[in-house]
Order: sequence, then structure tokens, then C-alpha cells
Amino acid sequence: MRRPLFDKRLKMTLGGGIVVAAILMAIFAPLLSPFDPNQQDLLQRLKPPAWSAGAAAGHWLGTDNFGRDLWSRIAFGSRISILVGVSAMLLAGVLGTLLGMVAGYKGGRIEQVIMRFADAQLAFPDFLLAILIVAAIGGSALNLILVLGVSGWMIYARVTFGLTRSLRERPYVEAAVSHGAWDWYIIRRHIFPQLVPVLTVVSTLQVAQMILAETALSFLGLGIPPPAPSWGNMLAEGRDRLFVAPWIANLSGLAIIIVVWGINMLGNGLREHLDPRSGDL
Amino acid sequence: MTVRDATDLVEVSGLTKHFPLRKGLFSRQVGAVRAVDDVSFVIRRGETLGLVGESGCGKSTTGRLIMRLIPPTEGGILFDGVDLSKLEGSALRRMRRQFQMVVQDPFNALNPRMTVAETIGEPLYLAGQDRTARERRVKELLEVVGLASYHAERYPHEFSGGQRQRIGIARALAVKPKFIVCDEPVSALDVSIQAQVVNLLKDLQREYALTYLFVSHDLGVVRHISDRVAVMYLGKIVELADKRRLYSTPKHPYTQALLSAVPVPRPGARRDRVMLTGDVPSARRPPSGCRFHTRCPLADETCRQVEPPLIDVGNNHYAACHRVTKGSERDDA
Repeated sequence: MRRPLFDKRLKMTLGGGIVVAAILMAIFAPLLSPFDPNQQDLLQRLKPPAWSAGAAAGHWLGTDNFGRDLWSRIAFGSRISILVGVSAMLLAGVLGTLLGMVAGYKGGRIEQVIMRFADAQLAFPDFLLAILIVAAIGGSALNLILVLGVSGWMIYARVTFGLTRSLRERPYVEAAVSHGAWDWYIIRRHIFPQLVPVLTVVSTLQVAQMILAETALSFLGLGIPPPAPSWGNMLAEGRDRLFVAPWIANLSGLAIIIVVWGINMLGNGLREHLDPRSGDL
Repeated sequence: MTVRDATDLVEVSGLTKHFPLRKGLFSRQVGAVRAVDDVSFVIRRGETLGLVGESGCGKSTTGRLIMRLIPPTEGGILFDGVDLSKLEGSALRRMRRQFQMVVQDPFNALNPRMTVAETIGEPLYLAGQDRTARERRVKELLEVVGLASYHAERYPHEFSGGQRQRIGIARALAVKPKFIVCDEPVSALDVSIQAQVVNLLKDLQREYALTYLFVSHDLGVVRHISDRVAVMYLGKIVELADKRRLYSTPKHPYTQALLSAVPVPRPGARRDRVMLTGDVPSARRPPSGCRFHTRCPLADETCRQVEPPLIDVGNNHYAACHRVTKGSERDDA
């Protein structure tokens, strides 16, 4: 059989490398940035990147409308994107996994309430819901995390619900019951550990979704309020100067694309790796 | 059979399990699968009661009911004088240590992500034993079931079916139960391994004074391990007797047909086969009267209308058939 161009090892290495680089960038943003990301320098405004004519010394990726260093803003912007993406994923993951496990394990009325609620929320465009809530309570990193976290729990609930329901019927779960195990013990010992591989994949892919959602909300002016740098804000500001200074939107957009692509590749690689049918687990 | 005896460990009376069939928008109950229907028997201390029947006759459900893994629709399960069917919550949890189960499928019976030590130690952990006590007991149990102590840190996929079944048996024995329901414990194993596991169960019974309910569709295995045997058909017990009597002088036509279907390991052996026609009717709508009448070679009008009770035909041989009369059993077996 011919090896695919991107086999799972390449996906995991490349994706993982990009993710690690992005995390390092977020952690060491102050060291990587030659300028304060919010420091305005109106004499140096709208300077193109170093490889174009008319570049300003020291501003590798150019400057924006207020003369702020674009590279420094992208570096600091990664903090917001990763913080919001990972935290929202964790919140959604914890909520969804718990509710899904309870619904799958308990069944009956509890299952109906939880899963029908999930269905209802899945039928509602969650982005619209996020816009609505952020518009009502205002944009901040914390609010974004809460809104995105609460609007993303259903996917986890669905995945864990199905798996839990099939695991609950396994004879070793019945054996635990017959030894007098409490529900919580069974969930903790017999059900949750078996969900981990699947949850790893789902949550990796969801971080990318969350980062995109944060960018989109910030782009619409509903995310992190300026002047704090976020990739979404920068993209929105760049849009206004698209013909004068295309590098602002292009470079912040490129940052988003690279990180999301990296995370998705890592997630897909992990999925192939953790799938028992891949044969070399 | 209704007189309670101090030698009885388990007394099942009128045990019934109906699985409701729901349909439509409002989950209206449109009927029920009558998996177990008004079943009564006793299991004496230290004996093995074999429970045989075709698949779907309710024998496994009976075992699971006695284990209280599913609640009965009706009827009582008296275990050592305590009615399990009335117990709930922590009172039931405490009682559970006294009765355990060994299941059919050795591949799903063990959590693939837990080591043997963790699996066997689980009941001990749940019973509140500390780590050192658990480790000691796990080693002991591994030896008892014929495995070595170095197996403790391995995972289920490193074992064969027979070895896994031994691990399952060790787990059942961990908290020193009085009673074990063996639900087709050897059906998934190779014939050569079956004998080993059955003999292990027999040895353990002798050593620890265990009482078994041995559920199986394999008449040969049941004959080997049981003291008494009950035959089930469509959720009912149709015959119950001492093993020797049941195999030599079966009274119920269904038992006779079952026994005649057992292959004889002798080439050229001739015998009378009782051929049954048709399939087992649906337990959703069991036939009127005697449930076996649709396939019985002896059925007449009475059989179609009146349900035969399980009567003593002599020598503690019970049969539910209009064609078998009370006291008809002479001591000829």
C-alpha cells in the first residue's frame, strides 16, 4: 500500500511542533517582542514588513495604523487566542463529559432531559447564541471563555453518552455492581478511563474551533476589547486598511491559519494513532 | 417445595420478569416479553443446581434476577432468610458480598485497562480492605484458581480464554461468597479447556462449601457438575429433578427431546430421536395452556387450554405436564 503524503507520524510531528511553538510563543511573548504591543508611534504608522520597500528598522513585520509593532502584537495576541481556546475547550469538555456520562449511565428521565437539551442547543446556531450573550454581558477574555465553553458542551455530551451507554452493559461493569460498587466508582474506574482516547481527539480538534470562534467574535468587535492585541481584533483593524496596508490583515490571518491548521493536524494524527484499528497501538 | 428448610440457601418463589415493550410517541406499553414467568425452586446449601434450556428461555435472566442485577417484576428471592427482592440501596450492597457471578464471555468480563491484580482486588477494595491485605489476598486467589502470582501485573489481553475465566472466578471468590451464579461459564471456551474450568469450579465448591446455580445450554456439562437439574422452556421450569433421575427417566416430553438430541460419542450408536418441529414461540405471546403444546408430540386439547402445574411425581422429581401423573415415578432409576 502506498504511504499517504501525510501519514499519522508526520501529522503528529508537524501539528505538535506548531502547537508547541504557539504555546512557547504565548509563554515567552515578552521576550520575543522587541516593542510593547500597545505602544503607539505615529511617526512609524503603516510601515510594511522588513522584506518590502520602505520598511522601518526594527519592525520586522511592519506596523499598524497606530505605529504599533505587528510582530509584538501577534506574539502577545497568541496569549489571548490560546488562553481562550484552551480554557473554553476545558470548560465545554468538563461540562459535556460529565453530563454525557450521567445521561448514558443513568438513562431514563435524566437521559431524556440532558440529551434533549443538547439536541435543542445543537439545533440552535451556537455562534448566534455566543454573539447574543457577549453583546449582552460585554466582551472580555473571561466572558468569551464562559460563552464559548457553555455553547460547546454538546459535542462532548453526545460522544460520551453513546460510549457510556455501551460500556455500562459490559460484564465487568455488572461484576462491579455485583460487588456493591457505587455509581460514581463505576464511572470513575470503568467508564471514564475508556473515554480518554476519544476525548483527547475531540478536545484537540475543538481547541481549533474555539480559537476560530474567538477570532470571529473579536473580528466582529464582540471579543476582547481593543487596544489589547488579539488575532481577531488585528484582523478587523487590518480590514479597514486592506488596500493601504494589506500586511496587517494578511499576517494576523496567517497566524490564525497556521495555528488552527497545526492543531487540526495534531488532532487528526492523534485520532489515527489512538484508533485501535490502526493496528500498532 | 413450599416448606422452608434450614438446608435451603436460596428459595425462589413466583419469580417473574416481564420486559415491557414500548411503542409510539408516548412510549405506550404495548406488551411485554415474559422472559421469566412464575418460577419457583430452591437451591440447597452446598449443591449445584443446573439450569438448562435453549437460548432465550429465560435461564440467564433467572440468574441475573437472583443476583439482583435486574429487579424482578414479581416474586421473592429468599437468600439465607433475607428477601433480596425487597432490598434496595446500601442494604443490598452489603448483601451482595455473599453472592457472586461468573459470566459467559471471558473477553468482556474483564476491564481491558485494568491489571489482573486490580480486577481481582476490586471487590476487596469495594469491601474496604487496605492495599497490603488486598495484595496478599490477590496472590492467594491467583494460586487457588491455578494461576501464578507473577500474572498479577498483566493485562487481560495477555491471557487465553480459559485463563481469563480463571481470573473471573478469582474475582468472584475474592470476598468469600456463599453462592455463585455461573452463567454459561464455559460456553465460550474450547472443549479441552471447558473440562479444566468445570473441574476447577467443582474443586472450589468442595474446598469452600460453595453453592452454585449453573446456567448452561450444554447438557453434558450440566450433567457433569450438577446435583439437581432444572429444565426451562419459554420462561417456565418444565422439569426439575435429581440429576440421575432427570437424565435416566426424563418425564417431560421437552426434556426427553432435549436429551435425545445430545450426541452420543460412539460411532454407529442407534437410539430413538424425538424430533421437535417448529421454532420456539415468541415470549411476547406465549401459547395458551402448556407452553410446549405447539411442538409437543403428545399434546391434546387439555394441553392447549390448561396450564399444567409443576407437580411432584415422586422422589422429588417435578414435572409440569398433563401426561405425567402424580406419583408415577417408581423408584426405578
